[in-house]
Amino acid sequence: MAIYSTSEFKAGLKVMLDNDPCAIIENEFVKPGKGQAFNRVKIRNLKTGRVMERTFKSGESLEGADVVDVEMQYLYNDGQFRHFMVPDTFEQYQTEEKIVGDAGKWLKDQDSCTVTLWNDAPLAISPANFVELTIVETDPGVRGDTSGGGGKPATLDTGAVVRVPLFVQQGEMIKVDTRTGEYVSRVKE
Amino acid sequence: MLAEIRQFFADRAVLEVETPLLSNSIGTDPQLEFFTAEYRLLPTRQTLFLQTSPEFAMKRLLAAGSGCIYQIGKAFRNGESGRFHNPEFTMLEWYRVGFSLPQLMDEIAGLIGHLFREQPLQETQRVSYQDAFFSHTGLDPLVFSYPDYCAYARQSELPEAVTICGHDHALWLDFLFSHKVQPHLGNNALCMVYGYPACQSSLARINEHNALVSDRVEVFINGVELGNGYHELTDADEQNKRFDKELAIRQQQKLPVSVKDQRLVAALASGLPQCSGMAIGLDRLLMLLSGSHSINEVLSFPIHRA
Repeated sequence: MAIYSTSEFKAGLKVMLDNDPCAIIENEFVKPGKGQAFNRVKIRNLKTGRVMERTFKSGESLEGADVVDVEMQYLYNDGQFRHFMVPDTFEQYQTEEKIVGDAGKWLKDQDSCTVTLWNDAPLAISPANFVELTIVETDPGVRGDTSGGGGKPATLDTGAVVRVPLFVQQGEMIKVDTRTGEYVSRVKE
Repeated sequence: MLAEIRQFFADRAVLEVETPLLSNSIGTDPQLEFFTAEYRLLPTRQTLFLQTSPEFAMKRLLAAGSGCIYQIGKAFRNGESGRFHNPEFTMLEWYRVGFSLPQLMDEIAGLIGHLFREQPLQETQRVSYQDAFFSHTGLDPLVFSYPDYCAYARQSELPEAVTICGHDHALWLDFLFSHKVQPHLGNNALCMVYGYPACQSSLARINEHNALVSDRVEVFINGVELGNGYHELTDADEQNKRFDKELAIRQQQKLPVSVKDQRLVAALASGLPQCSGMAIGLDRLLMLLSGSHSINEVLSFPIHRA
């Protein structure tokens, strides 16, 4: 794998740090006029998702990490693993629930999502920004309810629970923003 | 800004000078990387250096009896690029014959106050390096205690400092000062930090009352380092020794070979008057005056578009 020097650290670059794959978020060159130059780097550990800051002496280098994002189709959950497939090649990957994490509650069979692979093994799953899911359970709305008001909880077919406006009914399909977990709109079939 | 600076010095009878950007020798500071250029006067070829600051040439003028002088010109530092750095930048440098460091600091405050008069800063702060360092880290910068420095780095979530700095006191000071002290200096005010530790004296003289500190000042606004000044070292032998020491460090660290400025040493030997001098990065000053986030916003064409 390639070696990257501090001057090549750019947002998005994937490198190995403390044996974990990490992504550079920000890199600031810090140099006193008459002193040593440093690079103050904000970096995300791709395994844990944790963001940290780390300083390097300018000119130091890190090994690149073999990390790629691949669009895949979510196939199914066999109880132990979740299965994904690259649509073009039909190549399949399976991951433990631990890696899927929070993304799991937005994954519907056949939907596409982004799988981050490290050394060809799934490292993280990101759902699409917007997903369309069906409400399997919510309190019935009362006649006269409008989009105003506080809303009510609704359970979706993937198990996620989101707040929806009072007029939205069980069995309807809704669009949800997975980044905030918020209801966006009803989906007309 | 440039016109106002020129007027400021004209009012004080300080002479504007120009010195060469290309020179046959260069500073030996291991922390400054230089650019080289090839001078062809066939059949001879000679390596010339683009100046990292006009300091040496201006000191030769002072030794030749120029009196007080200032210069606004380009300086070049290789490998420096970032939000506050461009490898080619504009520097204001001035020397005041007969001035002590406190007198120079008064003049710096006068100049900055004049330039910022439309957007007044808070009252100017003057703080010793030791006090500034201690108040933000609880450590004494003048006395190196390896275990204390390491303990502080670990508790401040900077454990990498231990590996990077090891037993190098000056490196520890650079690391901790730039991470933990500098960002807090000069909150909408000019902050002048004086009395740098002797191991960071650079071209300043050692304080006559306290051998642990040097007569060096750095000025900051909103955590941005604007410039650096000295009560200048006038002792040719001491200067020669510092050059040789830095050349040895360069060799040890396998840095590009620099050519020490014999002409400066000779000028000091012939007699540099007692003086204090200051250098200010004008691009950064313009950043602060215009509220810019990055140096690129105040350059016509930053290095990647030059």
